[in-house]
Amino acid sequence: MSGAALLDAREVAAQVTDPEMPMLTLADLGVLREVDRDGDRVTVTITPTYSGCPAMATMRDDLERALLRAGYAEVTVRVSLSPAWSSDWITEAGREALRAHGLSAPGPVDAPGDGPVALTLLRTRRALTCPRCGSDATALVSEFGATACKAMYRCTDCAEPFEHVKEI
Amino acid sequence: MSHDDSVYDGLLTESEGWAFGTSFEDPLAGVDLTVPDGVDPRELGAYALLLGDDALVLSQRLIEWCSNAPDLEDDIALANIALDLLGQARLLLARAAAADPGLVPVLPVGSPVPPEDALAFFRDDRDFRNVRMVEVPAGDFGETIARLLVFSCHRLALLQELTTSRDQVLAAIAAKGVKEVTYHRDYAARWFVTLAQGTEESRRRVVAGLGAVMAFHDELFEGSEVESAAARHGLGPDPSSLAGPVGAVVDQVLAVAEVERPVVRQVGRAAGAAGREGHHTEAISRMLAEMQVVARAHPQGLW
Repeated sequence: MSGAALLDAREVAAQVTDPEMPMLTLADLGVLREVDRDGDRVTVTITPTYSGCPAMATMRDDLERALLRAGYAEVTVRVSLSPAWSSDWITEAGREALRAHGLSAPGPVDAPGDGPVALTLLRTRRALTCPRCGSDATALVSEFGATACKAMYRCTDCAEPFEHVKEI
Repeated sequence: MSHDDSVYDGLLTESEGWAFGTSFEDPLAGVDLTVPDGVDPRELGAYALLLGDDALVLSQRLIEWCSNAPDLEDDIALANIALDLLGQARLLLARAAAADPGLVPVLPVGSPVPPEDALAFFRDDRDFRNVRMVEVPAGDFGETIARLLVFSCHRLALLQELTTSRDQVLAAIAAKGVKEVTYHRDYAARWFVTLAQGTEESRRRVVAGLGAVMAFHDELFEGSEVESAAARHGLGPDPSSLAGPVGAVVDQVLAVAEVERPVVRQVGRAAGAAGREGHHTEAISRMLAEMQVVARAHPQGLW
């Protein structure tokens, strides 16, 4: 297959979805860091959201499969640790997709100060709206949820639970 | 998903060594692993190993709560915290193995076990370099929270210092960990205050738990040859320098909880040795027996 006939490697990689939040592409999630093409060989660099993110192996496999199917002969997936992923890297399209699927998108991350990280003894205050009914009356259930990146909330108006992607 | 898309397909062609799941990727694939100028790779390896062991052993103690925590939310919270620590441990053990391959236990020829797994599952108790605080049994929920509080106050201060490590890999792992451990520390501190200000029984338990944990307090800051060498070469902080910042945060939590900082006799060192020198309590041997048994039964297994 000639190089010109191959689909753009970045476009192919960018359309691969997150295995745990499949409404998001890896590009929307902000974990796709680099796509380098050299003829029919592609090197993709991704970054983990959390250190223990169990989805990394699946992301790698999905990227490999998508690019091989698009006609590339050799796909290498590399890891980048620095800079560390931030929820600020979720794109506006990604935030829309989260809301459309009943998840609450993260707010902006506070810039780290110079000194020690401050302790937060009171529950983290977030101004959230229920992705189901739009009410502002929400209550934190737990800062930890079904995946590393989510907190659990409930709406005190419609009484439905919902997940919030955490600021990190 | 069609059959063609199954992530297990690739395994069917070479199923002989397959144990469970899909093979892990190298967690440091493509990361520049150059050892900084003037640093002995063995010193860096030994230092990354002890940093990894602290996280690995506490992670194992925390997952013992899986399906046993007081309620579902805390079951999930403790599992999440354990997963973050396991992820940090995996990166740190991979870093240790890359810096000094001599650390990695030798497995049968052809074993597909990656170096960080060999370090986690095929080392004996005396080769672990964690502080003893993380290895003692989890105790009740009060003791678990007290340990998580002291550990995460220490871990966060340590990781913050490590973000300026001369080793770029340690610095990157630390920068990621700071964000995660901030959540762990808040979780532990809030629960500590809640339990201390709760019922008479919850207060009794969390105060007793704090006493048990504080018997291993000094070991965190006493340092070891490996940590001293790391500090001299700009790889990490001098452990004693963390005592002030860690104490300040612990005291802040104790003040809100209205709990006096306990004065506890320290569990002594044996001939000057403690966890960093591989001198552990009996508890780690039992814990490792459970943690390692499946991996050791299948040294040719692909996980």
